[in-house]
Amino acid sequence: MQAERAQSDTVEFDVRTDEMLINMGPQHPSTHGVLRVVLRTDGEVVSEVTPHIGYLHRSAEKIAEKLTVRQYLPYTDRLDYLAAMNMNLGWALTVEKLLGRRVSEKTRHLRVIIAELNRIASHLVAAGCFGLDLGSFTPFMWTFREREKIVDLFEEICGARLTYSYLLPGGVTAGPPDGWFGRCEAFLDQFDPVIDELHALLTSNAIFIKRTADVGVLPPEMAIDYGCTGPVLRASGVDWDLRRDGEPICTEMYDGYTWQVIAPTGGRYPDDHPYPPVPPEAVVGDSWHRFFVRMLEVVQSMYLIRQGIEKYSADDGELDKPIKIKEKLPKGEAYLETEAPKGQMGFMIVGDGSAVPWRVRIRSSSFCNISPLPELCRGVLIADMPAILASLDIVLGEIDR
Amino acid sequence: MAELLISISIPDWLAHTIAALVQCGLLLAIALCSAAVGIWLERKVSARIQDRLGPTRVGGKFGWLQPPADGLKLICKEDIIPAAADHILFRIAPYVCFCATFCVFLALPFANGWVAVELNAGAFFLLAVAGLEIFGVILGGYASGSKWSLYGAMREAAQVVSYEIPLGLCVVVVVILTGTMNLVEIGNQQAGWFFNWHIFHDPFTFVVFWVYVTCAVASSNRAPFDLPEAESELVAGFLTEYSGFRWVFFFMGEYASMFVVSGLGALLFLGGWNGPIPIASLLGLTPDGGDVFGWIGNLLGMCNFIAKAFAGMTFMIWLRWTLPRLRIDQVITTCLKYCVPIVSAMLAGVMLWSFFLPGGLILHVRSRYVAQPPSAVQSRAESSITAEGGCATRNTMDIR
Repeated sequence: MQAERAQSDTVEFDVRTDEMLINMGPQHPSTHGVLRVVLRTDGEVVSEVTPHIGYLHRSAEKIAEKLTVRQYLPYTDRLDYLAAMNMNLGWALTVEKLLGRRVSEKTRHLRVIIAELNRIASHLVAAGCFGLDLGSFTPFMWTFREREKIVDLFEEICGARLTYSYLLPGGVTAGPPDGWFGRCEAFLDQFDPVIDELHALLTSNAIFIKRTADVGVLPPEMAIDYGCTGPVLRASGVDWDLRRDGEPICTEMYDGYTWQVIAPTGGRYPDDHPYPPVPPEAVVGDSWHRFFVRMLEVVQSMYLIRQGIEKYSADDGELDKPIKIKEKLPKGEAYLETEAPKGQMGFMIVGDGSAVPWRVRIRSSSFCNISPLPELCRGVLIADMPAILASLDIVLGEIDR
Repeated sequence: MAELLISISIPDWLAHTIAALVQCGLLLAIALCSAAVGIWLERKVSARIQDRLGPTRVGGKFGWLQPPADGLKLICKEDIIPAAADHILFRIAPYVCFCATFCVFLALPFANGWVAVELNAGAFFLLAVAGLEIFGVILGGYASGSKWSLYGAMREAAQVVSYEIPLGLCVVVVVILTGTMNLVEIGNQQAGWFFNWHIFHDPFTFVVFWVYVTCAVASSNRAPFDLPEAESELVAGFLTEYSGFRWVFFFMGEYASMFVVSGLGALLFLGGWNGPIPIASLLGLTPDGGDVFGWIGNLLGMCNFIAKAFAGMTFMIWLRWTLPRLRIDQVITTCLKYCVPIVSAMLAGVMLWSFFLPGGLILHVRSRYVAQPPSAVQSRAESSITAEGGCATRNTMDIR
């Protein structure tokens, strides 16, 4: 493996010209925030890519050593700000693991609904930005229009539109308002045909396929070596999802739900979807598959939300109240990874008997997902660089923490 | 106009200068208006495609005055020239770009005889001058002193130079059909019903029209071929360092050139100022019926022409807001592997067709199966059949 990699370091050129070092970012329209990428190029061909991170570093881990676990919750919103609910959930589950608590059934179903709604929102942003980075502006507006509706639902439930701080350790701040589930279902009903529109606009578009198929191929071994997770890993054909394969505290949340993990194992997707077929040019692990896996996951999330609403309405139990603000943590440590939209988000909390953690460590999915970028971008054209970056779907808030 | 001024005893040189300035002013107004309407159209159409409303406030419900308001805002902006830029070239570039596009309007006929300068080699002049636009872009990209701008300029050079070839060949096809490079004559030969338009002449010209559309989109740097200013890759390409008024000039140039290629397409393939139904000639609004009638007919013709040009622009806008961008290698491949061979084959096809069936497909069918074709059609059929043994290609071209 090492020898192969070393050989692939050299990019073959028919004609060599003077090399040029270009700085892409941190103020570049398609580096998704403040990522800086240094490109070594020969004409339009990129021979070396070096990502530089840290422009959004806010000492998120250090701050956690000064606050109680419940006070820290708003800071988790700012990690992956496009999926703040999932960040909240990851933190909440980790704290619950440390405290040895479990939430009631009703709370569990609400958490599933909220987390999956936010997964849809996050994947919509990913799909829209992918279109934008390929030069197509319209899908971006369409996906943001749909995301807006999800954000409206969240606003109703917790008052915030970006940084929700809703799924607290031990429970939720307040139950959903009257009629919220009806509006949630109405959203899902009108969202169904929109997915077809997005597929028509991007997935099956000839230019889109030309730009993404067989571009930035991430083989499964390399994906595992680099610690890639989430849709990036699954698009490489690795059937792995912490909602199904994770620790009990994660998987118990989805007990009783029927859904599928979307991964093109053996190059094939589950056949029972009505969406465009895989184009012959596409290779498992390329940008096209990363996009398509997300689009199919959105559908699975919709199934989960529908089931969640049913189960929540059927449950007569009570919603749990969150833990106290100064709830004492036991001595010991807990580490838990949960399946956030962009990959596995891990929190580690070391408690020393007081209310404030002694140490907190955050494992970011985007950090690992961006790490194969230099390998993926070796020898591609400049135009492919943003496309590959967009297909990895990173959020700098999470990488830099 | 110059004659009029001379007749009221104004010196010769002054009269000609004044006439030239007035005509320039008129043309400039047309160029700027077409750009402004194009910008407004782009904003409204893109808004509709994206489920938005677009401008709704400035100038009433439909935001008619948005382009001038945008222009005003841009003029008020701080004028920035980067320290690393070549100051003189950086200043010149936008004007080179705009002047090239503006000069194209000189030879673009809006109606029968309504053209600033009627050139016998009008089609040739138009292509040549429109191609000059890239000098402005390359100059601007090179003089900006920014690597992104340089990339934009290099892409422009590669792309536009490649697409000039099939674009030129598309024009050659029409020139072969008509036997002239005079754009007014090319327009007049398509008079009558819509099946006289070159696009319906035969199957080959129909294909050539679509190749022309592809090349026209590419040569005016519109999506999916907008590589020189690819905002997601090159920040803004050659426009990166430009702001304020200079940027406006590039922008105007882009929209004006959109109008030009759409107008040229309409002129070459879609009958120019001749509507699908020859209302003007049926009503007797032709120069034969007297000056006033001729003038009214021409006015109708101009409306036709402008409507067709804006339809072309709308098509380009629709494309831009629907398709993702191609990659540079795919752009060049599209040109060299598809456009050039297709248009070359079609060129041969058109030559053979006009040798065997000079009148065109529909005309041929009509003259065969319909007893009495309309007189306008008949006269055209006669003229092209009598033209040197039925082969229009043998017509001599008289280049001024």
